[in-house]
Amino acid sequence: MISQFFVLSLRGDNIIFRDYRADVPKSSAEIFFRKVKFWKGEEGEEAPPVFNVDGVNYLHVKVAGLLFVATSRVNVSPSLVLELLQRIVRVAKDYLGVLNEESLRKNFVLVYELLDETIDFGYPQTTSTEVLKSYVFNEPITIDAARIPNLGAAAIFMQGSRRMPGTAVTKSVVANEPGGKKREEIFVDIIEKISVTFSSSGYILTSEVDGTIQMKSYLTGNPEIRLALNEDLSIGSGGGSNYEYGGSGGMGMVMLDDCNFHESVRLDDFDLDRTLTLLVIHFIITKVPPDGEFPVMNYRMTQEFKVPFKVYPTISDVGAFKAELVLKVRAEFANTITANSVVLRVPLPKSTTRATFQLELGASGQSTDFKESNKMMEWSLRKVTGGSEHLLRVKLTLSQERNANIKKETGPVSMNFTIPMYNASRLQVRYLQIVKKSKTYNPYRWVRYVTHANSYVVRL
Amino acid sequence: MPPPPPHRPTSTSTPSGKGELAELKTQLRQLAGSRAPGVEDLKRELYKKVISYMTIGIDVSPLFSEMVMCSATSDVVLKKMCYLYVGNYARVHPDLALLTINFLQKDCQDEYPMIRGLALRSLCSLRVQNLVEYLVGPLRSGLKDTHGYVRTVAVLGVLKLYHIAPNACKDNDFPAMLKELIHRDGDSQLHFSFVSGGIQFFYLMNNEHMIYMIKDFSEWAQCLVLEMVAKYVPEDPNETFDIMNLLEDRLQHANSAVVLATIKVFLNLTMSMADVHQQVYERIKAPLMTLVSSGSPEQSYAVLCHLHLLVMRAPVLFSSDYKHFYCRYSDPSYIKKLKLEMLTAVANENNTYEIVTELSEYAANVDVAIARESIRAVGKIALQQYDVNAIVDRLLQFLEMEKDYVTAETLVLVKDLLRKYPQWSQDCIAVVGNVSSKHVQEPKAKAALLWMLGEYALEMPDAPYVLEGFVESWAEEESPEVRLELLTAVAKCFFRRAPETQKILGAALAAALSDAHQDVHDRGLLYYRLLQHGVETAERVINPPKQAVSVFADTQSSEIKDRIFDEFNTLAVVYQQPSYMFLDKEHRGAFEFSDDTSTNASVTESSETMLASQSVDANDNDLLLSASEKEDTRGNLVSNGSSSYVAPSNSLIDGLGSFTVPPAASSLPTASFAIDDLLGLSLSTNSPESTLAQPSLVLNAKPALNPGAFQQKWRQLPVASTEDYGLSSQAAANLTGPQPLLKHMQTHLIHCIASGGQAPNFKFFFFAQKSNASTGLGYFLVECIINVTARKCTVNYKTDESDLLESFAAVFKSAILNFGV
Repeated sequence: MISQFFVLSLRGDNIIFRDYRADVPKSSAEIFFRKVKFWKGEEGEEAPPVFNVDGVNYLHVKVAGLLFVATSRVNVSPSLVLELLQRIVRVAKDYLGVLNEESLRKNFVLVYELLDETIDFGYPQTTSTEVLKSYVFNEPITIDAARIPNLGAAAIFMQGSRRMPGTAVTKSVVANEPGGKKREEIFVDIIEKISVTFSSSGYILTSEVDGTIQMKSYLTGNPEIRLALNEDLSIGSGGGSNYEYGGSGGMGMVMLDDCNFHESVRLDDFDLDRTLTLLVIHFIITKVPPDGEFPVMNYRMTQEFKVPFKVYPTISDVGAFKAELVLKVRAEFANTITANSVVLRVPLPKSTTRATFQLELGASGQSTDFKESNKMMEWSLRKVTGGSEHLLRVKLTLSQERNANIKKETGPVSMNFTIPMYNASRLQVRYLQIVKKSKTYNPYRWVRYVTHANSYVVRL
Repeated sequence: MPPPPPHRPTSTSTPSGKGELAELKTQLRQLAGSRAPGVEDLKRELYKKVISYMTIGIDVSPLFSEMVMCSATSDVVLKKMCYLYVGNYARVHPDLALLTINFLQKDCQDEYPMIRGLALRSLCSLRVQNLVEYLVGPLRSGLKDTHGYVRTVAVLGVLKLYHIAPNACKDNDFPAMLKELIHRDGDSQLHFSFVSGGIQFFYLMNNEHMIYMIKDFSEWAQCLVLEMVAKYVPEDPNETFDIMNLLEDRLQHANSAVVLATIKVFLNLTMSMADVHQQVYERIKAPLMTLVSSGSPEQSYAVLCHLHLLVMRAPVLFSSDYKHFYCRYSDPSYIKKLKLEMLTAVANENNTYEIVTELSEYAANVDVAIARESIRAVGKIALQQYDVNAIVDRLLQFLEMEKDYVTAETLVLVKDLLRKYPQWSQDCIAVVGNVSSKHVQEPKAKAALLWMLGEYALEMPDAPYVLEGFVESWAEEESPEVRLELLTAVAKCFFRRAPETQKILGAALAAALSDAHQDVHDRGLLYYRLLQHGVETAERVINPPKQAVSVFADTQSSEIKDRIFDEFNTLAVVYQQPSYMFLDKEHRGAFEFSDDTSTNASVTESSETMLASQSVDANDNDLLLSASEKEDTRGNLVSNGSSSYVAPSNSLIDGLGSFTVPPAASSLPTASFAIDDLLGLSLSTNSPESTLAQPSLVLNAKPALNPGAFQQKWRQLPVASTEDYGLSSQAAANLTGPQPLLKHMQTHLIHCIASGGQAPNFKFFFFAQKSNASTGLGYFLVECIINVTARKCTVNYKTDESDLLESFAAVFKSAILNFGV
């Protein structure tokens, strides 16, 4: 059970402060903020999400530039409290549409009202947006979503070339639209974060896909929703590690290592036969299909997959105080797909004093940067279409003559990107069915795919 | 840093704030009586202002009476704001709270259930002693309310009442009312509230089906139910398996709190069944790893801490999963640190090369803290004795990187390595000799370099001259640790290369004698006098022949590790400390029942005289015990007219069927052990080879050794003997998995603590203990590597009972050769 819940801005101001058990002094927010801000440790480390000061446990999550904090005096389950904090964040987001300092400040009374029902006497009560609706009376004051530069995962859909109802994802689940009528619609997003490490010889050392099927429902009347995935999907390879089987599985099959499901998912048709790992995934969401945004399924895959980008970095001595770094990037996906905000970062040798960049002729939407303070160079490409190849030459001026370690001191190259309408695992939604009696009922259904780089590293 | 906002509820507001308060006061007064249209909206705006002041810590309590006056409204939003305000100040201003009682009590009878519930919740949340009498009535009717929302609020209200006045709670028969309500009410939201009070335990005891209903509860309630199931001791293994099968799908829940609570149940239930316990480890690996890689970094961290705990307990089981512990570019440093420790733990002869290669990449990392940790990790692996050769090369390459912090960490490690493996001195010294002392700045690294200079003065041609440089800058050296090491190094160098070092030693002694630091001065004086006495004597004292260090002291005792394991799914795992080390006494054990028995008994005994305030901090769960006690006490009053300390709680447990509170889950004997015992005895008498040939060794039928202790022993003891046995073709055919052999060996009183591998290669760790051995002694540890295709079995024995090793080896051999026959 928790004693207090509060939300702090990054400057340390209280935006929300709620005390449930009165066994932790009110100064806790201040103590917490000092501790997080000046976390003692080697070389400016980040404070861990859970720590103890004078017998008070502080647990926090950082979301949208805000700190959501719970305090407790007892030996609670850290996962329970962190999940609860994250859930409060999600409920707030469902209500406010966009979660940030401004929307929270504007709606703090509403948030207090939510907190009143989600936690009583320090115990979590209900965190379902659906249930909360009947107890919460404040109308959210929505803020203009277009002015918000970063919406996290949702933002990427707004840049896609396909017709996407961009504002929908930032729309409050409860607020009525100007017309007074709510549009019946449902979004199913397959969001994948990929982690790949390439050795200096270009060989893939590790690769993993961490995926989520996320659903955001604006449907009324809680209809049953059926979601069917690939017929050739297999789950689990016995042990925890799938590395030794990498690539050996039947071609074209999607093999997940493991997955988990949301509370409301019923797996009656999800035939979990452990001996025969081949199965048809077909699950139904019932048991009060929740309103708002929630992950239907999380999954993890270490099966080998086709990597979206190949990077070829080389560095060589070209004179006494000079070296040249060449970066070549090739997009390995279909030319109908375009990757957004591609960024490559490379730490350069510590003796680098200057870096001159030489882009290809006719390169557009690209920019380069070198920060001397941390010897880091950056190459950004706004858009990269599938099948294309890009090259960057970097001439380095060094303060030290003939450095034998030049290769060791450079890299690794790390890459960030977002690829809409692409997923590395090839997990597909075969169909999305909304079961409702009426024949005329035909809500808007959106199924969207996106892949992000989580940790995409190329060693030199 | 911006100035922190004021938090004290005392009047710290600024003068302008005061003016504003006065204005708010007048405005609220004006609105209080008004019935004009739109007045509610105006009120809302004012209330909002008041609450925003309250949030940032400005004291708005002077508005108390105006706020209460304005709250006579049917607007729920306004009511809620007012309740929030009242709840915040009532505790600090009890006199004001009295004002509110009236209107809250009135609201408790409102026609609208929402208002009834909200008012009741606020009333119970006031937490003011002298208002307790006003709570009882509304709570009583709340529990009987027609609407579920109000009943739910009332249940938690009883819990709150119990906190401020346990006697009032009992005197009014609330526990009995709650109990009745649970049986009647089917609302799962309500169930949840019961659970949260710990009251659900009743339910669990009376109705074993509760666990079958777990899926009907909210995920938060599931966590609490699971927490209680984890304390349950099943009657027989079948029940254990029933519970586990029932909860199996909870491992696929997306909420990490539910999964961890389920894992705790699984681990606790199988504590005494070694092989099932190990299967549990295998089963939970994948779900844990999925949770680590989904969710926010904060959630991952909490799960990773638990995975870390399991890895540290049984590294062997995770040795093939090492790639999952590689650091990701995007991981925060708190996650990377844990992963590095896990990589160190799972390193074995098969994966060391890859792990060390990966760690070496991190050593060049931009993140200095992680680079340092990585180098330390490489060193730790080297000290674990696997493939030292390659690692030493790696470490020496670090020195060539010429980054100061890398050099510093590496020097410290090379020193430790040399202390353990003096045979590597040649390779190391050649490289260390090239390190320019100018690049070494950190005291620890300097001390390490000096130690090597002194120790290997003969191998390093310029040692005296390097030392001379250090002695010359004696005055600039700030760290006494370095000065002490320097003095010793010079002395050691002198014993080996007297002619070159004599002058330097003189200078060092002179500097030490005039050193301001007491220890340095004293050591200087000691050396001086020893040398006066005779060079040989001095050498015997200062530089005696050394033995290689075999094991460096472990930082954490296995007892502490076990205590942390007992507190699985709590903060103890994150802090890597048992809860008694970080919690105040009165807050320990949120879910501990046994410790509270005496407190409760005393509450019962002195219920008339005890001041309620004394038990304000009592645990929520006390309500459970005392509530049941209450019943028993009544029973006792009828039968013998007095209650005793122990009897109520005992009869509580006995009376409610099969549930008992385990003293310690691990120490419970089970039926399976008894069977093993019988089988083992009968087999060993039937097996003439083992009993007749070695009559002096009798094995303990029920040896106890947890994986942590096993590991520690394994590390400490040297290999006493290594043997190769050939296996029969039947044996090889039977060995499709580790299980058959485990069962077989158990019948010979040899128990398996860990096993792994896949056909054709298996690896087992067994242990046995001689009977009548004192605790912690008389163990035989065995590492057994089997290749099925080659039908070969390699066995490494370790023991602290070397006299009996031969006898034990014979027993083990006959046991393993009998397998499959």
